[in-house]
Amino acid sequence: MGAERTVKYEEELDPTFAETVAAVPGGEHLWDCIQCGTCSATCPVSLYMDRTPRQIVGLVRAGFRDEVLGSRSIWLCTSCYACTVECPAKLPITDFMFALKRLAMEDARYRHFVIPRIEEAFVKMVRANGRLTESRMGMKVAFRNGLRPLASLVPVAWRLYRRGRLRPLHKERMRDPASLRAVLGALPGKAKGASM
Amino acid sequence: MTREYLYYPGCSLKGSGNPYDRSLRAVFGTLDLRLEEIADWNCCGATAYLSVDADTAVALAARNLALAERQDGRDVVAPCSGCYLSLTKAKVSLEADPALRERVTAALKTGSLDYRGTARIRHPLEVLMTDIGAPEIRKRVVRPLKGLRLAPYYGCAILRPYEEVDDAHTPTVLEDLMRTAGATPVDFPYKSRCCGGMLTSGVPGIGLRLVEILLDAAADSKADALVTTCPLCQYNLEVFQDRLRKDRPERLPVLYFTQVLGLALGLSEPALGLDQLLWRPALAVEVRR
Repeated sequence: MGAERTVKYEEELDPTFAETVAAVPGGEHLWDCIQCGTCSATCPVSLYMDRTPRQIVGLVRAGFRDEVLGSRSIWLCTSCYACTVECPAKLPITDFMFALKRLAMEDARYRHFVIPRIEEAFVKMVRANGRLTESRMGMKVAFRNGLRPLASLVPVAWRLYRRGRLRPLHKERMRDPASLRAVLGALPGKAKGASM
Repeated sequence: MTREYLYYPGCSLKGSGNPYDRSLRAVFGTLDLRLEEIADWNCCGATAYLSVDADTAVALAARNLALAERQDGRDVVAPCSGCYLSLTKAKVSLEADPALRERVTAALKTGSLDYRGTARIRHPLEVLMTDIGAPEIRKRVVRPLKGLRLAPYYGCAILRPYEEVDDAHTPTVLEDLMRTAGATPVDFPYKSRCCGGMLTSGVPGIGLRLVEILLDAAADSKADALVTTCPLCQYNLEVFQDRLRKDRPERLPVLYFTQVLGLALGLSEPALGLDQLLWRPALAVEVRR
């Protein structure tokens, strides 16, 4: 049995990480946090997170870059904003999570979880068509999750189809998606943490 | 008096949220509220874009608002809570951040679009209860939904973080609408707790647990139906009941608030898309004149 070290040496931390996060839109309020844990208590998914929102803020400050950006927690945030309206220090914690998601997106090492893959597929579909086709998106997600979840969706899909809520051949699309792509393409170069 | 609005349906109302689109148009039509769809609108960006690229997320929403401004100065009705929040968030961000505004308006200009930030974004629940108001609507009710117990479910985005539709902690506007329709709102403690969002498909182990918590609470409240204001909430609460309720025979109908009001206004079930729901509410049959 190998001995596993569970504590990090200070030199293994990223001393610039807190600075990086604080410079990203949504991360500006990093040092306002009073570590009270109201966010974790309010969050409907914190029970299932590997690190609670309060811990995430603490880890960012301390420079635990890999632990934060590799964490499932940031991707489990459904952006319901429950924490944001409760935070006594007025941290926009939901925006903070979005900022961390964008930083994680910039590094392939952190994109292994299913949710960032879904976001990528979403963005690709909107780039191509200007709009999202729910049914196609649902299929992509189900495929990623494996055959059993896919099979479990069949009865649901059949029912929705029978009720005119799922059109298998329909593709939701702008008349002129190129006009949207032109606008998005005209945005200036990407700053760190602002983009992919 | 006819009132005119621009309409931003969003992708969901073109898909599984079709009954919402149908009932909204029917109710608005009956109350003389005219909707004109924004020409060649694009995806609002949802939450996905905020996870990928902040500028693009704002630009996507802003393009729709610029299109609306070009059409004229009418308010934009955004029924999907997700779209409502994306559009509102973009507008707020553009007001707060001049540098961002410069980048986004410059990009829009290349598409001959001019963003001035004048379009007002409205959720239809608030439009109905503010622009027309309960007393006026009550006059039009021909079929009060007497004895019908409804659990109000607001979800997240129309309350948080901006509180423009109602107070984030003690919202009452949906209950007001129910009473206006003659129904009885039940006390539903989880009325703004997360529905699971996209976790229901992405990470079902967690997402479906969030749905189950809401369904259990609704069952405890002895509601005849749940009433939602968002297509994603409606979908999550409705379609997973077979999986989550294997051991019980009963299913809980999950209605849109527009369907509830439409029934009270005397509109037909097909006109309100009630025949498109998975769990057909027996309530529509039992409604007494």
